[in-house]
Amino acid sequence: MAPEPPLLSMSGITKSFPGVRALDGVDLDVQAGEVHCLLGQNGAGKSTLIKVLAGAHQPDTGTIRWRGEDVTLRSPIAAMRLGIATIYQELDLVEHLSVAENVHLGHEPTTAGFVVRGRAARASTAQLLARLGHPEIDPGRLVGELSAAQQQIVSMARALSHDVRLIVMDEPSAALDPDEVDNLFRIVADLTAEGVAVVYISHRLEEIRRIGDRVTVLKDGRAVAGGLPAKETPTREVVALMTGRNVEYVFPDRPASAPQGEPVLSVRGLSRDGEFAALDLEVRPGEIVGLAGLVGSGRSEILETVYGARKPSTGQVLVDGRPLRPGSVRAAVRAGLGLAPEERKAQALLMLESVTRNVSVSSMSRFARGGWIDRGAELGAARAATRELSLRPDNPSVPVRTLSGGNQQKAVLARWLLRGCRVLLLDEPTRGVDVGARAELYAVIRRLADEGLAVLLVSSEVPEVLGLADRVLVLREGRVVHEAPARELDEHRVLDLVMEGSPAS
Amino acid sequence: MTQHVSPPRGGTGKAAPVDGPPAWRGLLARADVRTLSLLGVLAVLVLIGGITKPDEFLDTRNLQLVLTQASVIGVVTVGMTFVIISGGIDLSVGAIVALASVWATTVATQEYGFFGILFTAIVVGVGCGLVNGVLIAYGAMVPFIATLAMLASARGLALQITDGRTQIVTVEGILDLGERDSYVLGIPPLVLVFAAVTVVGWLVLNRTTFGRRTVAVGGNAEAARLAGIDVRRQRLYLYLLSGLCCGIAAFLLIVLSGSGQNTNGNLYELDAIAAAIIGGTLLSGGRGTIVGSVLGVLIFTTITNIFALNNLQTDVQQIAKGAIIVAAVLVQRRTASTP
Repeated sequence: MAPEPPLLSMSGITKSFPGVRALDGVDLDVQAGEVHCLLGQNGAGKSTLIKVLAGAHQPDTGTIRWRGEDVTLRSPIAAMRLGIATIYQELDLVEHLSVAENVHLGHEPTTAGFVVRGRAARASTAQLLARLGHPEIDPGRLVGELSAAQQQIVSMARALSHDVRLIVMDEPSAALDPDEVDNLFRIVADLTAEGVAVVYISHRLEEIRRIGDRVTVLKDGRAVAGGLPAKETPTREVVALMTGRNVEYVFPDRPASAPQGEPVLSVRGLSRDGEFAALDLEVRPGEIVGLAGLVGSGRSEILETVYGARKPSTGQVLVDGRPLRPGSVRAAVRAGLGLAPEERKAQALLMLESVTRNVSVSSMSRFARGGWIDRGAELGAARAATRELSLRPDNPSVPVRTLSGGNQQKAVLARWLLRGCRVLLLDEPTRGVDVGARAELYAVIRRLADEGLAVLLVSSEVPEVLGLADRVLVLREGRVVHEAPARELDEHRVLDLVMEGSPAS
Repeated sequence: MTQHVSPPRGGTGKAAPVDGPPAWRGLLARADVRTLSLLGVLAVLVLIGGITKPDEFLDTRNLQLVLTQASVIGVVTVGMTFVIISGGIDLSVGAIVALASVWATTVATQEYGFFGILFTAIVVGVGCGLVNGVLIAYGAMVPFIATLAMLASARGLALQITDGRTQIVTVEGILDLGERDSYVLGIPPLVLVFAAVTVVGWLVLNRTTFGRRTVAVGGNAEAARLAGIDVRRQRLYLYLLSGLCCGIAAFLLIVLSGSGQNTNGNLYELDAIAAAIIGGTLLSGGRGTIVGSVLGVLIFTTITNIFALNNLQTDVQQIAKGAIIVAAVLVQRRTASTP
């Protein structure tokens, strides 16, 4: 045999779930020592594919060859034995165990087969952490006490504690600050230098350009392009492959004149100890106000405090000039606030329920007389609200868990639309939403504002805040450091503002 | 362009029934698989009963007895189903039934006659539920712990009231309800009460905001809270509801046995939880049906009856029940193929 067979070669993989063909004959080749990027919109089949690769799903048809031999990945353990490790976006760590215990979970160093040698585990964990550039993480600490970035490092240390030949990373940079992303890339480079292959999934095209060797693009469960050179392929071409359209960041136009009118939402001197301090802001009907800042700048905490989900230390939230009862979500909802939280599945959606029930949950009493629900009226109203947002599929009776990320977000927006909310709080509205659906969501948000809604937007993506908001507040360590109309700011200026004086730089 | 004109804005009620059927039928079919399999098990049990003891089992009196026995635990199970769907658990149901039944049959209470007994049973049940609910909803206690504490205290209080003696009921109205004369079309009044509780429970769970909130709280409490639902108040109501069901069950038990005993309702909590589980209710909350729970109760009661008719001891019954719980859950895993 002249050429070395690829480390991994998946071919003709199909996988169906009730009602959905998630994978439809996908091929994927990965060479040892390369960074192979997997791109695709949400619902394109990326997560299903990596779950097949991790042994968590069994494919319906197709073959998997590992170092030239046919294999069947019956379970995650089988995949791990071969040397395939997966780092999921939702990290699968046990919070109440220590770092070392997590790293060695399932293969603890033991004496006589069952007595765990804690010291040996901690020593080897410390070694792995040092190799990953994070010697400051104490192997004895509980994982629950670590930051998201540190937890990710622990997850990676766990992968490396096995004799690993292929690491799958599912959006590893999503929860990371820029300098942490640099460290991640250094780790990836070290791994590939040792001959380990990395399958890297990300929504951020510039990352793929920086570290990727080859790119496979998935669309609607098929590989529409396999093994493209990551550095040379034009961005436009990649985006076109993913979406079938030439859109990356398309923002709707702002209205010609700035919204006038009395502010519907006013925040005065709002503080929460250790999170953010002395926040003042106002949002007028028809206006989108954006909060820009790094992870840890207190963005999400601010939104949740305004919404009453957290109790402020001091300060007031006023709607139409009337103060809300602090720390009461119900008071906020009654006054006309609505929140689309960052963690949609954990904080907003009832995953076992239909779209209708998810949409109507905040306005049930509207369809009820004496507690008795008029289900026809409920379904009709849910249908009207979801149609207004062009939610797909156009059938509110389907379970909400079958929707794509963008459509799930629309279901959350429809909930507040139906409720007749007047102030919409959006926390990372396009998180986990693919590029094509983003443009549509942006248009929806702008349209809702044009129809008179006041919108307070938080996003970790600076272009998103600049493109969508009318006015931008720049946050650093829980304080507003700059406020300006979005037109007068650009990405560099905002990044300078958020980085300025930060100790890390 | 900023102004996207959205055409289908006014088409609210008109479009509703158009593409309802597919998903609706799908849900129905799925619910049917579960319900049908439970009905199948029940049919097999009736067949076994009919074959092993043809004369005794299919006798009208025996069937009336089976249904009457199912009524007491059945009412408790309806309340338990709500609590479990909301993500909670109520371990105190048996003890509350005991306490309510003895409090309602003390000499002092019996002086107030039929309605005195009924009223006391219900108030004691709701009162215990109130304590559970306040501790869990506003005291942030884990349901398992709070209701375990109630289990111990209510049993203790029941023993204190009776001093271990059986309290015989002398009120005519109560005793009459247990007689054959009061049967309606051959159906004992207790069974009618059970049927009514079942129907009301189904309607509340499936057709009211209360039911929706219960499912939402059990499915995702954080999402329910952020959607503006008063999660704590809903939890309080749910334990009140469970207490109410215990009060009703205690009254039924008083009618059935003509007495109040501190040993009443022993292990009802386990029977009720088991019935709900084999009926398809998720112990983690968010999903469950009243029909399933009631079928679960009927299956258990029928087994007990068949075993008793065949002179098999309780130890064998218990083993069989355990096996059925395991089998039911395994079968449901298969059929309820949730990806």
